[in-house]
Amino acid sequence: MKIIFYIIQKEFKQIFRNKGMLPIIFVLPLLQLVILSNAATFEVKNIRFAYIDNDYSSSSKALIEKFEASTYFNVITYFPTEIQASSAMLKGEVDVVLNVPLHFERDLQNNKKANLGITINAIDGAAAGVENVYITQIIKSYNKHIQSDLMQISDSKIQPVNMVTIPLFWYNETLNYKTFMVPGILVLLVTMITLFLSAMNIVREKEIGTIEQINVTPIKKSQFIIGKLFPFWLIGMGLLTIGLILARLIFDVPMVGSLLLMYAYTSIYIAVILGMGLFISNFTDTQQQAMFIAWFFVVIFILMSGLFTPIESMPDWAQTLTEFNPIKYYVEVMRMVMLKGSVFMDILPQFIKTLVFAIVTNGLAIWSYKKTN
Amino acid sequence: MKRFKGFVTKEFYHIFRDRRSLFILFGMPIVQVLLFGFAITNEINKVDIAILDHSKDATTKEIINKISASRYFSINQHIDREANIEAVFKKGKVRAVLNFEKDFNKNLIKEHQATIQIITDATDPNSASTISNYVNSILQNYQQEQNKAIAINYVITPQPRMVYNPELKSVYMFVPGVMTIILMLVSAMMTSISITREKELGTMEILLVSPLKPFQVIIGKVFPYIFLSIINAVVIVLLSIFIFKMPVQGSLLLLGLVSVLFIISALALGILISTISASQQTAMMISLMGLMLPVILLSGFIFPISSMPLPLQIISHVIPAKWFIIILKGIMLKGVGLQFIWKETLILLGMTIFFIGLSVRRYKIRLE
Amino acid sequence: MKKTNVIQAVGLTKMFGDFMAVNAITFDVKKGEIFGFLGANGAGKTTAMKMLIGISTPTSGSAQVAGFDVFTQAENIKKNIGYMSQKFALYDDLTVKENITFFGGIYGLSKVRIKEKTKELIEDLGLKEVSDQLIGSLPLGWKQKISFSVALLHEPKIVFLDEPTGGVDPITRRQFWELIYRASHQGTTIFVTTHYMDEAEYCDRVSIMVNGKIEALDTPKKLKKQFNVDSMNDVFLKLARG
Repeated sequence: MKIIFYIIQKEFKQIFRNKGMLPIIFVLPLLQLVILSNAATFEVKNIRFAYIDNDYSSSSKALIEKFEASTYFNVITYFPTEIQASSAMLKGEVDVVLNVPLHFERDLQNNKKANLGITINAIDGAAAGVENVYITQIIKSYNKHIQSDLMQISDSKIQPVNMVTIPLFWYNETLNYKTFMVPGILVLLVTMITLFLSAMNIVREKEIGTIEQINVTPIKKSQFIIGKLFPFWLIGMGLLTIGLILARLIFDVPMVGSLLLMYAYTSIYIAVILGMGLFISNFTDTQQQAMFIAWFFVVIFILMSGLFTPIESMPDWAQTLTEFNPIKYYVEVMRMVMLKGSVFMDILPQFIKTLVFAIVTNGLAIWSYKKTN
Repeated sequence: MKRFKGFVTKEFYHIFRDRRSLFILFGMPIVQVLLFGFAITNEINKVDIAILDHSKDATTKEIINKISASRYFSINQHIDREANIEAVFKKGKVRAVLNFEKDFNKNLIKEHQATIQIITDATDPNSASTISNYVNSILQNYQQEQNKAIAINYVITPQPRMVYNPELKSVYMFVPGVMTIILMLVSAMMTSISITREKELGTMEILLVSPLKPFQVIIGKVFPYIFLSIINAVVIVLLSIFIFKMPVQGSLLLLGLVSVLFIISALALGILISTISASQQTAMMISLMGLMLPVILLSGFIFPISSMPLPLQIISHVIPAKWFIIILKGIMLKGVGLQFIWKETLILLGMTIFFIGLSVRRYKIRLE
Repeated sequence: MKKTNVIQAVGLTKMFGDFMAVNAITFDVKKGEIFGFLGANGAGKTTAMKMLIGISTPTSGSAQVAGFDVFTQAENIKKNIGYMSQKFALYDDLTVKENITFFGGIYGLSKVRIKEKTKELIEDLGLKEVSDQLIGSLPLGWKQKISFSVALLHEPKIVFLDEPTGGVDPITRRQFWELIYRASHQGTTIFVTTHYMDEAEYCDRVSIMVNGKIEALDTPKKLKKQFNVDSMNDVFLKLARG
């Protein structure tokens, strides 16, 4: 047991003496947490809106005013012709163009079909869909006004049924995207740092040659590995702590659930990641290779973790694959516990699966480390 | 010149003998494009929702059927009391609960009004609003059908046209981004690691003492990565065209030229990083944490820049990747020629020259 | 009084794919000897040594080190030997004292013992002024001596030295060999590989490996007589050519 202590002591000394790496391990991730949580949002805002008004009537003006009043749209300018509007869109100067046809008001008042042309830059398909929804909402609301105005004249004996839908948003009333992203980005950073550090660590000793010296000593594999990984485990927990503090102070992220639960779960999760890093380390000869392979897996895991895009949106085969992705569970747990106050029983399935992962990855890592070749 | 050729050949050997790294270098872009094309999307699909029906009459049943029939939703369970909503959200089993009030049908007929609450788990606000909107649309459609008997007049029909990507395929947006990231990864990170490794191993000094001029050493080191990056770019474009049917609308030549420009800027950044890193580890971490992550998040690759707070929008202006992605989308998806993207190209050119100048200066300083 | 064998190898072989790095070598080393394991670069010395110290499994043959079998009891061997690798593997980013503490701790020395040994080592090698300096900042010759002393921290029966004197001036080499002699006098068996043939003169017995095989094994005096030359260098030249 004491032997593990000597390794831990050495590792810490080396980590803290490496003046170049310290800011990278601590300052950079937290800086990123702050910057990137502000950047990561799928909200569609500041939609650049332009219009072509062929009708130039009070109706068309009223409609356009509605768009001006909307917080989602920035009415930038108008275009006299379609060609100019297209050109602006090609240049990337506008996102949406509304085209009010000639006789718009007349057609509407005569109860003939009144059309509106809308052109949306759909390169970002998801955003385009959302923009369309907003546009439709505004037009519908405008339509309702017109209808009630115009229909006062005509009689309607039968009243339409009216289903009132009340949207309620729980746990995040203001639909604050940061609340959603911060726990996720924290997960991302803790994972990346601990994975890269652990993957490169043993390879570095291989590259320098000190690993041979270690292998000649009577030290047990498990002692060596635990001693090596423990400092990174501690660093991971430290990052989590500072990250949580920042999340609270800067982003006002609610912490509804039990901190103890968060830490308990994180401690097992970090063990999984360290095991993975170590496993990678055993099969590579250079730091570059280790880094690459770690990066390869991290990118795939993160993309498939539900951090940025929901897992339910993925095809079935992809969803099945995510069952084997430890990051997915961590993201779920962090969001559930932090934002909804889920308790241990609620996250039991994730907890068990992660525990199994921890045992498997570390077991594989220890087994694949050979003191004798 | 012959010495230079020999040096470049050695660099190529280094790279091609490192099978594992090579595998990642070529495999990663392919995997990423496939993932983005097939798995990564914000569209909602078969979302689990729960129903809390206080009325259980014919109307609510009809509405529930309509929702169930939609491909967007999958009714996971029925709950009896409002108290259960909390529990079902906390377990993370459903994303939304539809709450039909008591005497729904009766109220609809007598009072001409009945209420449905669409309660969404808004921890993911994006999904929540999308789900809310979709449910609302389904309900609106149902309502319109019911009201068909009454002629609703004075209807405005919006006719939306989705341009550049009519099928709203998410892969169209991601492919330019993936290309950018991969080029940046290969060019900047690999270059910085390669140069730093020579420093660490001590062989850099040997190179500098040789008859090769310093700039030849750098160009020689960097040259294979230009080659690799171009191959990667080609592979990505081919994949998009053949697997995702995403055509390149504009000029391939222009695409190629601008890509080379971007690659050079990334290489210059890589050299710059190598001048401030003492070890491979540092170079790698700076490339990944200091370069890659901001690029992914601030370049408009996944998250729209216009939605970011102003300070971040300003920062994104100095990231070459942002401009490159705009140019890529222009050429690939809009089919524009230089006349529409000359501004962005000029900016990219300026940045490239700046980075080259900066890295050359720093490199000279390091030598002394 | 017959001296016991602390190292015994019979037909020890190591193959890497088709390449035979060590070709059925047979030899023994007696307790307290300074045994020189000589040969040109690439002759297979380091590979052979790695098998003896338990970090490389032989392809065939057998060997016992300190009474333990290299195939089945590698971890036991490690308890009883010391090793100084070719790269003088101490941690460049730890100080002299910290390196000693670390390796002492790994070998299970008590805190008190470590303290004692640290004091001893620093005084012996005259390192008082640099004991808190990083190893990386010390000149090569000092690193070598510290490395050797660290290998002896746990007072092993046998110590293996792989090319311990590479790259230093003759005076430093001489000083190093004085350290070796002292350890030998205290009863430690020394197994040293080197390609410096003049160092062979300092050994009790030497073996010379050529292309994976042992082509000569005897005391330096007898070998010189056998090949009718004046120096070990010439012995080697004759062997290598022939």
